[in-house]
Amino acid sequence: MSQTVAPLLSLAHISLSFKGVKAVTDIGFDVAEGEICALIGPNGAGKSSLLNVINGVYQPQQGEIRFAGRARRAMQPHEAAVAGIARTFQNIALFKGMSVLDNILTGRNLASRSSWLEQAFRLGRAVADEEAQRAVAEEVIAFLRLQAWRHTPVGQLPYGLQKRVELGRALAARPRLLLLDEPMAGMNREEKREMSQFIREVNQVFGTTIVLIEHDIGVVMELSDHVVVLDYGRKIGDGEPEAVRALPEVIAAYLGQQRH
Amino acid sequence: MSFFMEVLLGGLLAGVMYSLVAIGFVLIYKASGVFNFAQGSMVLFAALTFVSLLERGLPFWLAFVLSLLSMLLLALLLERLVLRHLVNRPPITLFMATLGLSYVVEGVAQALWGAQVHGLDLGIEDTPLELGGLMLSRFDLFAAGSAGLLVLLLSLLFNKTRIGLSLRAVADDQLAALAVGIRLQRMWVLVWAVAGLVGLVAGLLWGARLGVQFSLSLIVLKALPVLIIGGFTSIGGAIVGGLIVGASEKLAEVYLGPLLSGGIENWFPYVLALLFLLLRPAGLFGERAIERV
Repeated sequence: MSQTVAPLLSLAHISLSFKGVKAVTDIGFDVAEGEICALIGPNGAGKSSLLNVINGVYQPQQGEIRFAGRARRAMQPHEAAVAGIARTFQNIALFKGMSVLDNILTGRNLASRSSWLEQAFRLGRAVADEEAQRAVAEEVIAFLRLQAWRHTPVGQLPYGLQKRVELGRALAARPRLLLLDEPMAGMNREEKREMSQFIREVNQVFGTTIVLIEHDIGVVMELSDHVVVLDYGRKIGDGEPEAVRALPEVIAAYLGQQRH
Repeated sequence: MSFFMEVLLGGLLAGVMYSLVAIGFVLIYKASGVFNFAQGSMVLFAALTFVSLLERGLPFWLAFVLSLLSMLLLALLLERLVLRHLVNRPPITLFMATLGLSYVVEGVAQALWGAQVHGLDLGIEDTPLELGGLMLSRFDLFAAGSAGLLVLLLSLLFNKTRIGLSLRAVADDQLAALAVGIRLQRMWVLVWAVAGLVGLVAGLLWGARLGVQFSLSLIVLKALPVLIIGGFTSIGGAIVGGLIVGASEKLAEVYLGPLLSGGIENWFPYVLALLFLLLRPAGLFGERAIERV
């Protein structure tokens, strides 16, 4: 691969600790525009912490985050969303009392151009704006085949569908970078296959760059262009799936063999 | 029969005034899970600011706008100095903070405007008005009308605007709200400022009735049974709860009072609230807490 194009996301020397307990130590890696990058590693390896650093939920003590050409010491959640980073969570974080459509509409939060006064009284730009946001939301609903549940409160949907709605809310923001924290956790084989398909389509149809965390190594190998392996908060592997799979450290960390 | 109707309608109209105070609680509780004990002090602060400005010769509308701005300023300060530092703390910590806050807000109001009792005349005569053979208080009708208008505006804000959607989102899941780019701090300021507006309207109406004085902050105690009956998370619930409290306490006073030697109006709502706590703890419109572990 040519190195002339700057990566979309570049982490350098990221260290994060909570009251002295190190979650992530001196981690750096690049994510190229348009790729699917998988973060793998055992529980507690620091994968979710790293996603939280990328979208600003955590501020690392050290390091630099470069996204879309702009370097920052740390992200703020709102900044990350404005810059085009959307995400889903390991333990689904949806608005349970709201309908599928409203949940997905919250993803359009930053795209709305009319003021609240215009919206309350349906004046000026509000009507056209509302229609534009709804059109995007409907597109997402059609894309994820959620039509049948448009007005169902999300809390009443089964787990697999909730995961899909959460993906939909992230997609509604039309992100440049999509962070998926265990998008297939707790799913059966059929649901996993479906979700993999959606992720691949998002990547191919919209050209969205994706960083995901996943435990199912089969899914990871099949889906990703690039794999980063973490263990005890450090990076122990970084490269194409086949190359990474062959690394002895990765085999050791994954199969739980004795080290040293 | 017409006497019964008069008592009932009088009670309902008085109940609207209770609803108004309760709505201030619901707004903040919904958006941040905080039971804001300082709501009563905010009512007092708003009313005292308004009446003091009016006494200094400002026209009605200017005093109203300035009082509203002072409530916005109060909300900004609260978020910056208190709420921001208590994110993710248990609810009891936040409750204790608002308890302290209520004394600070009262103290500041007193330091700014003094401690004397002010009369407030909104220009509405409290004379009876005959409507279809029933005698109703003109002031109560005006109060109910103002409250209705306010509730209409609030429901437009909550249900028709993106801010409303964001507010509901924050109320539902803060982490998810962050992820879609909603600025939590800004939403908190907004919701406290809106609670301030509700407090201002409540303060003006109650102040016109009781005089603007420090006991005004005690109307939080009237809001409690309203919230327990209506539920803590529903504006509709606050309205219905207020109506139930207003109507039932007047009816109880008139029909049960003589049997119990009178004066039951003041404690009857609490008995009703207690019954609700036993039979329907989430209130009429409250969300039942369902937590999966």
